[in-house]
Amino acid sequence: MKIKKIINSTLTHGLLAVLGFIWILPIFFVILTSFRAESGSYKSYIFPKQYTFDNYLNLFKTSSSGVNYPQWFLNTLIVAAASCLISTLFVLAVSYCMSRLRFRMRKPFMNVALILGMFPGFMSMIAIYYILKGLGFLESGQLKLLALVMVYSGGAGLGFYIAKGFFDTIPISIDEAAYIDGATKWDVFRYITIPLSKPIIVYTLLTAFMGPWVDYIFAKVILGTDRAFYTIGIGLWTMLEAEFIETYYTQFYAGCVLISIPITILFLITQKYYAEGVTGAVKG
Amino acid sequence: MGEYVSLKEAMKHSNIYTKLSLLIFGFGNFIHGQIVRGLLFFILEVAYIVYMASFGVQSLINFTTLGTKTQQEVFNEVTQVYEYISGDNSMLFLLYGVVTIFLTLAILICAVLSFKSGYEAQRMKELGKKVPKFLDDLRSFKEGRLHIAFLTFPIIGIVLFTIVPIVFMICIAFTNYDHLHQPPGNLFTWVGLENFKNMFSMSGGLASTFLPVLTWTIIWAIASTFSCYILGMLLALLINKQTTKFKSFWRFLFCLSVAVPSFVTLLTMRSVFNTNGPMNVLLRDLGIIGKTSAIPFFTDPTIAKITIILVNIWIGVPFTMLTTTGILQNIPKELYEAARVDGAKPVTIFRKITLPYMLFVTTPYLITTFAGNINNFNVIFLLSGGGPDTLEYYYAGKTDLLVTWLYKLTITQKDYNLGSVIGILVFVILATISLLTYRRTNAYKDESSFQ
Repeated sequence: MKIKKIINSTLTHGLLAVLGFIWILPIFFVILTSFRAESGSYKSYIFPKQYTFDNYLNLFKTSSSGVNYPQWFLNTLIVAAASCLISTLFVLAVSYCMSRLRFRMRKPFMNVALILGMFPGFMSMIAIYYILKGLGFLESGQLKLLALVMVYSGGAGLGFYIAKGFFDTIPISIDEAAYIDGATKWDVFRYITIPLSKPIIVYTLLTAFMGPWVDYIFAKVILGTDRAFYTIGIGLWTMLEAEFIETYYTQFYAGCVLISIPITILFLITQKYYAEGVTGAVKG
Repeated sequence: MGEYVSLKEAMKHSNIYTKLSLLIFGFGNFIHGQIVRGLLFFILEVAYIVYMASFGVQSLINFTTLGTKTQQEVFNEVTQVYEYISGDNSMLFLLYGVVTIFLTLAILICAVLSFKSGYEAQRMKELGKKVPKFLDDLRSFKEGRLHIAFLTFPIIGIVLFTIVPIVFMICIAFTNYDHLHQPPGNLFTWVGLENFKNMFSMSGGLASTFLPVLTWTIIWAIASTFSCYILGMLLALLINKQTTKFKSFWRFLFCLSVAVPSFVTLLTMRSVFNTNGPMNVLLRDLGIIGKTSAIPFFTDPTIAKITIILVNIWIGVPFTMLTTTGILQNIPKELYEAARVDGAKPVTIFRKITLPYMLFVTTPYLITTFAGNINNFNVIFLLSGGGPDTLEYYYAGKTDLLVTWLYKLTITQKDYNLGSVIGILVFVILATISLLTYRRTNAYKDESSFQ
């Protein structure tokens, strides 16, 4: 029995190690390329001939071509922080309503939300562009960033399904006990559901926060050629355009490594919420 | 907050003051002492009337014609240059028309609300109850009307950034807004079902592009959704096993790929699988393929499709692992213990307990992922760009999904009307598939069975 257990455990760890290796390999490639001294784009070898730190340093030097990495980083940070706060509030509010409150328009709303999610996202992109233009949000760079926040968080209320699924698993008897003690629905939401829902809140915050870092289609449409107000996504994308790619290819990867670091740190901090989950808090 | 009354019933029992609230918003509330509420309704009505008089009526008329004056070039004798006299802009006319229609719908809803609210006040008075004051109304947002307080802003966001744009784009499918009719230089106009006919008529090149692209889109969506779902869940279970050491380390390892923005990994994969990229070089060095040969990862249609699905597994599995870890830990431990006491094998436990529970909680997630994959723009666009290109198709490559084809048609080709038609077709397909499956799931029929 014991030998079987050891074999079993070795197999598990062996499998995880192999999978981990496959998953880490491309990231390894990104990091290696970011330290490559030879300039130019695609190379047919993985390990650079020479290593350098210049790719990182050059990112923070001002260049005449309009590549301004620190500014892009800051823009994205602001947009991401604002839109992740708004989206999370929207998602939590909507999913709580759908999970716990009973009112007449609930089922129709859920069906409509499901239906709306099926339209190709950027089918509406051109329309959104004109709406924002009509509202005067494309007049200056700062307003464009504000417009981006609205675009990223505006429709967030539709993405309530995962959080609703989570709320559904919290025993309703806890709510009922609170109602008997005279709590209002708001009290139950604020003092019972929210504290029990840390994992899903963290999940929602994280996914919403990452949106602006990786999006470039909406950003491209809204920001146009306003390079000073680019977010990191289209900024980096610009480096791969034909006129820049030979000079900026290695810097592109350096930039990618730099933006991955804060996101990775966020993961490290918040990991325990995934690990411990809600089972520790709610014993039905 | 009274119980729900139907419009018909309210119509029958209401007095003249209440009926007047349909014309003069808030009148009923005002009469019965709900001053602030009545005023709020009234202000909305006045704002709408002002809007309609100054702008709205004209925009509705323009909506029906989509503009009549084309932009003209006139030679100016004084300055000796050609000048443009701006004509009508069909695009803006269409947009303003849609917005006005939405505002009108909103004000009609307001009329009904004003009437009902007046009726409620009337009944309170008749029954001799105290009519709630504005402060009572505010307080009720924490209790009976919490859903209104919670949903108002999200819904405004959804209407403005999702519904209005979608309606606008649907309208475009019924116009001739293609590369020959670009505003502001040219006008476009309503053409009815013309675009849909073109899409399906066998004579044109569109049907012979549409069907193969559709087939590949569906294969792709099924393969990518389920491969990521099952593998991600198994990975999560593997890490969560009691005997597994360094749980956080493994989780972190896989999370790393989520932390790197997907366009970075996609572009990396693209260069890794390049004809002379590291992958082919590696295979050559290992002697698996000849010194000069290369596996056509992105240039052979079939291999390109397989490569894309594999790369997508690499991207999607950590996401599923993250999502499912929390839910997996929510499965009541008693279920597992009972099964173990009964001597159930791990496979049986997975099939009989884990999977049903997961499907119960995550069916909506699965459907959203499926829809997301049908509309998965990034993976295809960044990885293969829809290629390998082919002349058999109308502006589409062999790995193009409907949605990347839509992109090419609108952004590159400027055939907005065709793009909209494809968008609508994608929607129809998705709506049918998912509503059918969703309505059959337990998650929809019985939401509280696990509560």
